[in-house]
Amino acid sequence: MSPVLDIAGLVKTFGGLTATDHVSLTVDTGEIHALIGPNGAGKSTLINQICGEIIPNAGQIHLAGRDVTRLPPAGRVALGLGRTFQITSLLDDMTVRENLGLAIQAREGGNFRIFDRAAKRNEVWDEADSVLAGSALSARAGVKVADLAHGEKKQLELLMALSQRPRVLLLDEPMAGLGHVESQQMIEALNAARGECAMLLVEHDMEAVFALADRISVLVYGRIIAAGTAEEIRANPAVREAYLGEEDA
Amino acid sequence: MKRDNLVLLAVLILLALVPFAAEFTGQSSWTKLVGQALIYGMAAASLNFILGYGGMVSFGHAAFFGIGGYVVGILYHHFDAGTAFLGIIPGTDQMLVTLPAAVLVAGLAAALVGALSLRTGGVQFIMITLAFAQMFFFLFISLKTYGGEDGIMVRRTNALPGLNMKDKATLYWVVLAFAAAYYLFLRRLVRSSFGQIIAGIRQNERRMAAMGISTLRYKLYAFILSGMGAGLAGALMVNFLRFASPDMMHWTRSGELMVMVILGGVGTLAGPFIGAGALFTLETTLARYTEHWMLPVGILLLVVVLTSKGGLMALIAKLKGGAK
Repeated sequence: MSPVLDIAGLVKTFGGLTATDHVSLTVDTGEIHALIGPNGAGKSTLINQICGEIIPNAGQIHLAGRDVTRLPPAGRVALGLGRTFQITSLLDDMTVRENLGLAIQAREGGNFRIFDRAAKRNEVWDEADSVLAGSALSARAGVKVADLAHGEKKQLELLMALSQRPRVLLLDEPMAGLGHVESQQMIEALNAARGECAMLLVEHDMEAVFALADRISVLVYGRIIAAGTAEEIRANPAVREAYLGEEDA
Repeated sequence: MKRDNLVLLAVLILLALVPFAAEFTGQSSWTKLVGQALIYGMAAASLNFILGYGGMVSFGHAAFFGIGGYVVGILYHHFDAGTAFLGIIPGTDQMLVTLPAAVLVAGLAAALVGALSLRTGGVQFIMITLAFAQMFFFLFISLKTYGGEDGIMVRRTNALPGLNMKDKATLYWVVLAFAAAYYLFLRRLVRSSFGQIIAGIRQNERRMAAMGISTLRYKLYAFILSGMGAGLAGALMVNFLRFASPDMMHWTRSGELMVMVILGGVGTLAGPFIGAGALFTLETTLARYTEHWMLPVGILLLVVVLTSKGGLMALIAKLKGGAK
């Protein structure tokens, strides 16, 4: 079976700096593949190439069997790519419910209609309400996003990304800035979403990575230096030196 | 919601009574002033849709206002001379033809400008829209057939079946009807599926793209709709003043429209109309005392912007809150 996301020989340079150096990795259906690496390893650059915000200098990205290397971001979303942002990126003037509703509306289409009433699209709002009811944000539906706590924003972003029903979800440091309890909540939420889509998880929080990941790739200076299961990565001396050791020190 | 409609109805009734009030008090210029303010309000409201709701700061909006006006002027010119535009399109003085034509042509111009400028953002977008507006301005100045710098006199207002458009009050009511209809159209628009997407793009374009929205297409569509609104306002203005001139699309006019939006309240439905009324009233009142009326207007704008984030609409909301 072919992987849902297949990255082969990706290269991206900024001037003299090679931010992505012949990176290849795959994400299989239903898998959580974690991408770890120290700051400046080029993780965000890689994510942005997969999303289509940055076009690589060389290499290919296949999404669900289609070459999307030069497709604009919206086209990739249509093929089943979802994402969350490292720094939460939401619609700050709108409420939690409105944010989720707009995400569902975006998926449903019919968005060039100028004479309908967005507030009366019942299928959209019913779904938003039922998703919220089963989430950690059930009591916060009417709160403006600007007034949410950081952890709540992260949760909302995940709900919005999942509401797109992606085939593969790119998670750019979902644990960043979360306290211990919030991190546990996020790990639970991601675990619960495991059946819904494959995930590429970029994360610093090793506890979360080892709890969630089926496979782990380690990115250092734009290059993948190791890949394998959690056990293999833990035991890999090069990884310990380049990354895990640093954290301990 | 219901209260909003009641307020709207009350304002419409008051506005409809203006010609009677003007006659009663002998201030016949009132009708003309309020009519013009309404038309500017429409133009400002059309700008506000992309500026306030969509976050696209266009500094060339007067171009579409002027183009709409020139469509009426040029069609009248050919009607009057018994010739045809480009030798193909005959002139006309029928408002039911000239207005849709003006809206269509302004929309096409907006499609052109939008397609070439919306890829940029921020200051670049402001400058490119300004540059396009200046190109249109100089284009129309160079058209000697249509009066060059002097513009086109439209000796008679366009005809509308069943109405005596020579009557100042009738013409005013027609303008009022268009302004009211346009207000209701915009109200629907911002609450529609499309309006919500546009509001989302203003707040976070990157997020909307991540949700699969091709933001450029939506922005272009909004830009065209907005340009069409400005074209309608321009066409009405030429009918109202019976005169089309390049001044309609001068860059200071674009600036005035922006001032109206900011003064009245960015991203509000009634704001641009209130802003247009306020600016127009100030302009005409102050111009009686000094030709440097821009100075006090500028100071007032500063005060409004600095003291109430959200213009006069926010001030009204604040006063209402204080009264409770």
